[in-house]
Order: sequence, then C-alpha cells, then structure tokens
Amino acid sequence: MSCSRRNFLKDAAGAAFVSSLPLSAFVILTTEEAKAAVAAATVRWGYLVDTNKCTGCGMCVKACKNENEIPYDAPVTRTWVERYVVTKDGTTHIDSPDGGRDGFTSDKIRDEEVDPENIAKAFFVPKLCNQCDNPACVQVCPVGATYKTEDGVVLIDREWCIGCGYCIMACPYGVRFFHPDHKVADKCNFCYHRITKGMMPACVESCAFGARRLANLRDPDDPVTKIITTERVAVLKDEYGTKPHVFYLGLDNNVR
Amino acid sequence: MKRHVLHPLWVAVGVVGLIFLARLVLVPDDFGVHGDSFTYNYYRLGNIDEWKNFPVKYQGSDTCVECHKDNVRTHRRSPHKRVQCENCHGPAASHPDDIEYLPLNRERAMCLRCHADLDYPESSARSNLPAIVDRHHKRRRECVTCHNPHDPREDVE
Ligand code: HEC
Ligand code: HEC
Ligand code: HEC
Ligand code: HEC
Repeated sequence: MSCSRRNFLKDAAGAAFVSSLPLSAFVILTTEEAKAAVAAATVRWGYLVDTNKCTGCGMCVKACKNENEIPYDAPVTRTWVERYVVTKDGTTHIDSPDGGRDGFTSDKIRDEEVDPENIAKAFFVPKLCNQCDNPACVQVCPVGATYKTEDGVVLIDREWCIGCGYCIMACPYGVRFFHPDHKVADKCNFCYHRITKGMMPACVESCAFGARRLANLRDPDDPVTKIITTERVAVLKDEYGTKPHVFYLGLDNNVR
Repeated sequence: MKRHVLHPLWVAVGVVGLIFLARLVLVPDDFGVHGDSFTYNYYRLGNIDEWKNFPVKYQGSDTCVECHKDNVRTHRRSPHKRVQCENCHGPAASHPDDIEYLPLNRERAMCLRCHADLDYPESSARSNLPAIVDRHHKRRRECVTCHNPHDPREDVE
C-alpha cells in the first residue's frame, strides 16, 4: 500500500471537514414533520406600544420585575420606560431613572431643571424585547442556548447558556442583560409562561392606560392585530433588518 | 503506510471519536433543529416547557372578586377602575394561602407615580391625569388619610 503525501493531505483535510460538522446538520425534516410545523404555527406573537397613552407611571416595570423574578434593586430590567422632553430650541432631554421602575415623579431630568414654558413636547416610550424574526442575538449564540420558538418568541435556555455575553453585545436594541442570580443572559420573553396560558404579559395587565398590548399576528380578527395592520405603526431600527415585532403608534423621530 | 503516518492518524481518529462520544453523553436527546431554520431553531426542546412552567405571580383583578367583593365593587365604579388591584397591593400569587395579608402600601410615592404634576404640554398623556404638586399638596400626610384609594372621588374633606 502506498500513500503519497498529496493523497494523505487530501484525506486528512476531508476527515477534518467531516468531523467538524455537527451531527444535527444532517437532520432533514420529513414531509410530515414539515407540514406539522407549518400547521402548528397558528400563533405569532406581536406587541403594540401606544406612546400617546403612556403616562410614565412605571407600573409595568415594577410588575415585570416581580413577575419574572428580576432582582428588584439590581440595575437590570427586562422592560423600561424612557422619558423624552424636547425643548423649543430642538434639544432632546432623555432619562430613565431605574428604568422607570418607580415612575417619573420629578420634572428634573438628570438633575437638570427644564423650564416648562420652554417644552415643546414630552412623552414616554416603553421599550422591551422586539422578538425579531431575524434575531441577531440568536445568530451569534455559540452553543444554541437562545432560539426562536414557533410562535415567534425568542427564549433563552438557562441550563444551556454559558454566559459568554455575545448576544448581549449583538442585540441592537440593548434589551439583553446578564442575570445577576442565574449568571446567564436574560431578556423579556413576553411573559411566555403567561401568554401560553391565555393570560396577558404582566406589563400589559398592569398598564392602566392601554399603552401596552399583545397581539396574535396570525389571527386577523385580533383587535390589536387589526390596529397593527390597518393603522400607521413604526418599528425601532428597521434598517438593521432584524424584523422586530414590537410596533409603535405615535413614535417620534427622537426615539432611537 | 509508514508507522509515523499511521500513528498520528489513529490518534486523530481517536480524538474525533472521543468528541462524538462526549457529545452523545453530554447533549440531551431533544437538542436539535425544531423548526425550519438551522440558525434560529437549533435548541433543546425541553426548555420550552421549562419556561411554560415558570410560576405566574400577578393574578389579575378578576380573581379578587371571590373574596373582596366590596373593594372590587367600589373600585369598579371609580375613576381608578383601570388601575389593577395588584399595581398597588403587589403580586397576589401566594395570597391568601402563604401571604395572608397583602401589604397595604400607603406611601405617597405610589400615588405620585400617576399624580405628580410634571407640567408638560397638553399633548403629553401625563397631562390628562389629575395632578398635584407633591411639595404643596398636604405635605407629609398619607394620601389615603383623605382619599379613598378604591374610589378617590369620595370622602375628600
Ligand atoms: C380566596 C380568597 C381571597 C382571594 C382570591 C384574595 N384575597 Fe385578599 N385576603 C383574603 C383574606 C382571607 C385576607 C385576610 C384579611 C381579611 O380577611 O381581610 C385578605 C387580605 C387582603 C389584603 C390585606 C387587608 C388588610 O386589612 O391588611 C389585601 C390588600 C388583599 N387581600 C388584596 C387582595 C387582592 C388584590 C386580591 C386579588 C389579586 C386578593 N386579595 C385575592 C382572601 C382573599
Ligand atoms: C390606587 C391603588 C389601589 C388600588 C388600585 C387598589 N387598592 Fe386596595 N388599598 C390601597 C391602599 C393604599 C389601601 C390602604 C387603605 C387605608 O389604609 O386606608 C388599600 C386597602 C385595601 C384593603 C384592606 C382595607 C379595606 O379597605 O378593606 C383591601 C382588602 C384591598 N385594598 C383590596 C383591593 C382590591 C381587591 C383591589 C382591586 C379591586 C384594590 N384593593 C385596588 C390601594 C389600592
Ligand atoms: C396607575 C395610575 C394611578 C395611580 C397609581 C393612582 N391613581 Fe389616582 N387616578 C388615576 C386615574 C387614571 C384617575 C382618573 C382620571 C380621570 O378621571 O380621567 C385618577 C383619579 C384620582 C383622583 C381624582 C378623583 C376625582 O375624579 O375627583 C384622586 C383624588 C386620586 N386619583 C387619588 C389617588 C391616590 C390617593 C392614589 C394612591 C393611593 C392614586 N390616586 C393612585 C390613576 C392613578
Ligand atoms: C389632608 C387631606 C389630603 C391629603 C393628605 C391628600 N389630599 Fe389630595 N386632595 C385633598 C382635597 C381636599 C382635594 C380637593 C381640593 C384641592 O384640590 O385641594 C384634593 C385633591 C386631589 C386631587 C385632584 C386634583 C384635581 O385636579 O382634581 C388629586 C389627584 C389628589 N388630591 C391626589 C392626592 C395625592 C396623590 C395625595 C398624596 C400624595 C394626596 N392627594 C393627599 C385632600 C388631601
């Protein structure tokens, strides 16, 4: 038996390539499985934020932290409320003390007085995970610990996450953070444990003003879906191509 | 083939074999592509149920009716009807089984979340709420000494 150096290198390269493929790369769905996947997809969760209605009471942030066991005093939160105050000279003042957890009870912004006579407009913008169709955070996960479910929600597997933080850096909306207790990445999941039981997310339930609402985008009769499909809504950072599924009514150009 | 070629080759094959073996042991059976995209749907299926089983804490105002009929009735016909009971009383998950008395939060700060005057233009949703200036409105007394939190229209003296 002879073995030229050329052949050996060829075989070795081939073997290295094959062994580097994960086994699951070869999984091919049978027709039945593929059909089942499509049929099951009767739900695609979306979310509507009406910035015209938000009063900045912060009850949503408080409810979210309690419901999802996010350490109450740690500087992390799954959802937060930003305040925008635009003065007549065009400057925008933005703040979100403790994510808006205790509401906005002072008219000072970052210890700065803004003369009320000088304010052109002021509004509050709740932010949360956009449950993107092309989630950048999922693409970068090196271990398959974060993924998109069939109903469109991006979840994090706390058993599997190694806490590397790539996803936290990858999210263009900055919704991910490091959970101080579980030592894994964490973010809003539309209260997956509630919406799969037919309940509303804690933030939606706690909003007295109807500024936050949940939609099943696959159900054309869903009243919130109707608003999203028939009224003028906007999404954040559309240019990133992430296809976010949190829609905003009355979104101002100052909001990034 | 010469020994100096075969020897490292076997070592390499052995290492690859070990990796597969380790993968077999360490990676759960339900780990794989569950959906149509390798990029977005490559995960451990069991995790979905783990999230579904996460405990619910906020029960919603409708569940209070059973035991607090009077409060609910007062609240439902008041301007505060849109404000959920648990916004002011905290999550009622283990109430009344483990936590017999939900806290009665009488702090001014709780009411000021909605009622602190921020002096914003009409277009701000905040301007539609009845507002008071904390410094000037009956300082250092709990709001509920004068206002009924379940129906703030009553009992103002
Ligand atoms: C199964 C019956 C039951 C349900 C449901 C229930 N409670 Fe109670 N609650 C009690 C009992 C019993 C007490 C003990 C004191 C009492 O009798 O008023 C109590 C006490 C309280 C207190 C403290 C009263 C005080 O005087 O200190 C609050 C506040 C309260 N409940 C709010 C709620 C809210 C809000 C809900 C709905 C999310 C709720 N409860 C649902 C039975 C219930
Ligand atoms: C705006 C905040 C707020 C909301 C909304 C609210 N509560 Fe209260 N509740 C309070 C405060 C504050 C007290 C303490 C009143 C006091 O000490 O005079 C209280 C007292 C109570 C008490 C005990 C004393 C009493 O009056 O019987 C019960 C029971 C109670 N609330 C149940 C409820 C239920 C049920 C709901 C929803 C239908 C509700 N509350 C909604 C703020 C609120
Ligand atoms: C989540 C927001 C929220 C919180 C918290 C809240 N309120 Fe209110 N309050 C409202 C809304 C909404 C109205 C009704 C405004 C309207 O009539 O359009 C209102 C109305 C009132 C009024 C005016 C009633 C009238 O029509 O004469 C008083 C007084 C009042 N609240 C007191 C309180 C007190 C005291 C607390 C704390 C125990 C409190 N509020 C907490 C939202 C809130
Ligand atoms: C000593 C009793 C007393 C206390 C304490 C008190 N209020 Fe009042 N409040 C009144 C009276 C009386 C009025 C009606 C007359 C007025 O506007 O001053 C009133 C009016 C209001 C109104 C209605 C204003 C409007 O424009 O309709 C709101 C809102 C309000 N109070 C909220 C609060 C809040 C929030 C607190 C706690 C931070 C509080 N009050 C504490 C007695 C009190």
